[in-house]
Order: sequence, then C-alpha cells, then structure tokens
Amino acid sequence: MRATNFNRLTPYLFLAPALVIMVLALLYPLGYMVYGSFRDWDPSQSLGESEFTGLANYVTLWNDANFRESVGVTLKFAVSVVSVEMLLGVGLALLLDRNLRGMSILRTLFILPMMIAPVVVGLVWRYMYHPTVGVFNRTLKSVGLESVDWLGQHALLSVIIADIWQWTPFIFILSLAALQSLPRSALEAARIDGATGWQQIIYIKLPLMMPVLIVTGLLRLIDAFKVLEVILVMTEGGPGLSTEILALRISRTATEFRELGVAAAMSNYLLILLMLLTLFMLAYNRWQEYRAAKAQRIMEGGV
Amino acid sequence: MAGPIEDSKAQHPAFYAIVVMLIIMAVGPIVLMFVNSFKLDVDIISGTSGLLFLPTIQNYETALCDILPYELEHLDFCGLKFGGAFINSLIIALVSTVLTLVIGCMAAYALVRFRFMGRDTASGTTLMVRMVPPAVLLVPVFGLWNNEFCISKSSWLGEIIRDNFGGRGDVCLAGTHSGIILIYVAMNLPFVIWILQSFIVQVPRQLEEAARMDGAGPFQVFFKVVLPLIKPGLAAAAIFTFRIAWNEYLLASALSDRDTKTVPILIVNNMSEFNVEWGVIMATGMLLAIPPIIFTLFASRQIITGMTAGAVKG
Repeated sequence: MRATNFNRLTPYLFLAPALVIMVLALLYPLGYMVYGSFRDWDPSQSLGESEFTGLANYVTLWNDANFRESVGVTLKFAVSVVSVEMLLGVGLALLLDRNLRGMSILRTLFILPMMIAPVVVGLVWRYMYHPTVGVFNRTLKSVGLESVDWLGQHALLSVIIADIWQWTPFIFILSLAALQSLPRSALEAARIDGATGWQQIIYIKLPLMMPVLIVTGLLRLIDAFKVLEVILVMTEGGPGLSTEILALRISRTATEFRELGVAAAMSNYLLILLMLLTLFMLAYNRWQEYRAAKAQRIMEGGV
Repeated sequence: MAGPIEDSKAQHPAFYAIVVMLIIMAVGPIVLMFVNSFKLDVDIISGTSGLLFLPTIQNYETALCDILPYELEHLDFCGLKFGGAFINSLIIALVSTVLTLVIGCMAAYALVRFRFMGRDTASGTTLMVRMVPPAVLLVPVFGLWNNEFCISKSSWLGEIIRDNFGGRGDVCLAGTHSGIILIYVAMNLPFVIWILQSFIVQVPRQLEEAARMDGAGPFQVFFKVVLPLIKPGLAAAAIFTFRIAWNEYLLASALSDRDTKTVPILIVNNMSEFNVEWGVIMATGMLLAIPPIIFTLFASRQIITGMTAGAVKG
C-alpha cells in the first residue's frame, strides 16, 4: 500500500523543485509585474505603498511619441534582422550542403559568434565602427573613400549588421540539419528525372524544409525582441532614439526615469506581443503534426 | 556557377574562396579583439595596423590587478576590480548551472515518463515561459528581490546574518550571489527541461523496467539508468545554461551590489565612459569570452545537437 502511494507521489517529487523555483522566480514576478503596471510606482516605495491608477500607465504609453518610436525601431530591427538572416542562412546551407572535408571545423567556427557574451559582441563592433580607430573607416580611408559615420547617422543599420553577424550561423546550422535529414529518395527521383540544381532547390528542397524554416524563423523573431546588451554597448540606444529598442527602453524607464509602473506596463506590452508569436508558433507546430499524422494514416490505408 | 547539387569530389576553386571568406567574416572580429588585447592603446590608436607591434600582457595585468600577487610598475592605483568580478561570475555561473541541471532533468524525467494530473499544464507553462525576455523580468525582479524576498532583521535568522556579515536593514536577496543564482536557475529551467525531454524520450523503456524488476526504486532508476544514458543532452544543456549565466548583464546589474558585480557589468560600466581604454577593455572582453570559446572548440557537436533538438521540436 505504501509503495503504491509512493509511486503515485513520485512524479510530483521529481517535479517539485522545478515547480517551486519557477513559480517563485518566474510566475510570481510576472504576476507582480502585471499588478504593478496598474500602479504609480517608483523605486523608493514598495508596491503596496504605491497608488492604484488603473489603466493610466497603458494610456500614457499609448500616447507617448517616444514609446511609439521605440516600438517602430524594435519592429524594424526584428523584421530586417530575421529576413536577412533567413535569406543568408538558408542560402549558405544550400550552398555548403556537400561532402566537404572539414565541415565540422567550419560549423564550430560559425557558432563562435553566438556563444560569446553579447556584451563582448557589442564591444568588438563598437571598436570596429569607431569613427577614427575602427577597422571599417580605416579601410575606407586607405582605399581613398569617405569615412562613414557608422554609429551616428547609420546607427540602426550598423546595429542590424552586428546582429546579422552574430545570428546568421544559427539559421545556417538549423537549415543544414534540416537539409541533411531530407528523404534521399525524393532527391534521387528528381535527379533521375533530370531536374537541374535550381529546380531541385525550388521544387523539392525548399518545400520540404519549409516547416523547419518557419519554426526557425519564428524562434529567431522571438529572440530578436530580446536583444539588448549588444545595442546597449554599441550605441546606448542613441543617437536620439534611433536604436532604442523596447527592451532597452524598459530598462531605461526603470533605472533612469525611475517609473517602475510605466516600465511594467511596457514590459507587459512586449510580453503580450511575444506570447502571441509563441502561440502562433505552437499552433503551427500542432497543425504540422496533425497533417503528418493524417498523411501517415492515408498512406497506411492505401497500402 | 556549377549547380550546387553535384557531389563531385573536387569542388570549384571559387567555392573554396567563398568558404575562406566566410571563415574570415565569422572569426575576424574575435581575432581582432584577441590581437588588440595585446596592444598598448598607443598602438591601437596610431593604427600601426596588422601584426607589426610588440605584444604585451600589460592590459591583462591592468585588468587583473586586484588578484595578481605582484605589484605593477605601470599602475599606481588598481581601479578596475576585474579579478573579484571574475570570481563572482565563476561562482554564479557554476552554481546556477549545476542547480539548473539537477532540478531540470528531474522535472524533464517526470514530464516524459509519468502520466499524472496537471502534466499538460506543467509542460505547456514550461513552453510559454521560455520566451520571456530578461528585460520583462527586470522590473518585478528588482522590486521583489529588494522588498519582498527578505528576512526581517529582527527574526533570529536575520539577526544571525546581520551579526556575521554586517550591513543595515532587512536581509534581502538583492545584492547576494544567491539572488542572482535564483533568477538564472528560473530563467534557464524551461529551456533545459525542454531539451532534456527530447533526450529522455529516446531512452528505451525496457532498460528502466529491467532495473525496476531488479528492485530499484524510482530515484535509483533515474540516477543509475537514465542519467548516464542522456549524457550528451546533459552536456548540451550545461553549456547553454552556463553560457547564459556567464554572459548575462541586465538582471545581474539590477541585482548586484558593489561586492557581487559580475564581469559583463564591469565591461559595460567601463564602456560607457567617454574615454574608452581600448586595450584594457579588449583584454577584459577576451577573458570573458575565453570560457565559451573553449566550450565551443571542445564540444561543438553537443552544442549543435542541443540547438537542433531545442529548436526543431520547439
């Protein structure tokens, strides 16, 4: 009798530590944030002492031109980063999908940029973009061209380039894995039917890879909204608000302007956006699984 | 261009040119930092470009001045407390990695192997919280760790801590190593649980049942049968957790005080000053980058497996 009780308790015992920590340090804080977003709250008071203001923080933000600009910058950053990285990453995977000697070394070198600290990535790129000391302007100068004001006039573009450098390998590696797990028979059949390289890519490889590509792209999009340190180190959001993405604005609102309530409301906006993206991704996955299962049934029924 | 399909043994020379260029682009910035960390600021600014300079470890000495056993001639005052921050970073990253792994793989095992009430909720929540960015946690964590997660100084435990460690006010999580570790463990758990699930699914059930026949309890089955079989997954999860705990800046900067600063905070603080000392800052950046680089060079296969498992099933 005791043994069966113990068995029934086992999963909960295994799950308990993770549950306690995640409830205490993730879910409770998230609830705390939602609660705080309805209050006029500054860092010197505890949340209980602050005044309830209803939706005031959300309305203030909605009408705040700076917040809107920040949303615009965030969307511009995320969309351009993800689309360029997808194009480059998938393209490179198609190009390098061959029996190369040393492919594993190549992949190892490619993942270095995403393993090192974002702070360090920001620091290296800030150095390279430096108006006088940096390599880019020095190279331009040595071939007799005008120097470019990378982190001034073209700050957003420069930040985007740095992110592309850091994260294209992610897409590349996932696409390569997808390519290499494609059914050999389909490719073989196409080759026998005389499909050219391009035809194979467009009609066979890309359509078969599409489910993985869509999930990869969505994952990358969600991550693009999390980027903060690289931009903080490179430009601190400036000049003006030109590179002040939402994550950065949240942290500045909390630490510099000391408006925790507004920062909480802003976090909530960001959270809702990301939640929608995640739900979309999960729904897409479910749908794919359902479709695969249905195809399986039809195949089996046919045989 | 030849069709990208042919699997001929000899590739077109242009192809190798592209590969070499890609490698230079991927590693170039890191090599640049490495080289510059051995240059004096004079050399970096004057632009005696390339490799024509006298390498010096002076930057590293300046960075590590607070833990070097000897006095430095070029430095009258040790302003950059890098050594201490490095030790803080190590403690925080290692402890949170170990905790996350132990707790995470137990949870993953429960989610994969047992049917129980609330299983789907637990699994769904794990998935959803994976996407919460650190910036969203900043405000609530700052508030909670400073105001709510505290032990009153008049309680017996609070009194003991105050007597032994000094300080004023209530004893709070903010400013301690444990405070930062707690949030790192919580942040990494969803991802670790997710990755490990996909490894545990592949462990053949018969093995576990055989062990149970021989009289092993659930904990013995887990530690003696399952864990050894998912070592590659554990390695991948460990590297990802360590990487986040080691590299993270935002939450650490909100939660740390003077004595618990980690390396990324130090680097950001020294970057925002107007006159950046490039040589020293590159040396600190290099020191921060070395552990992840070593992991990548020695365990790239595990990293790639983990990345694919974490994403494709995502």
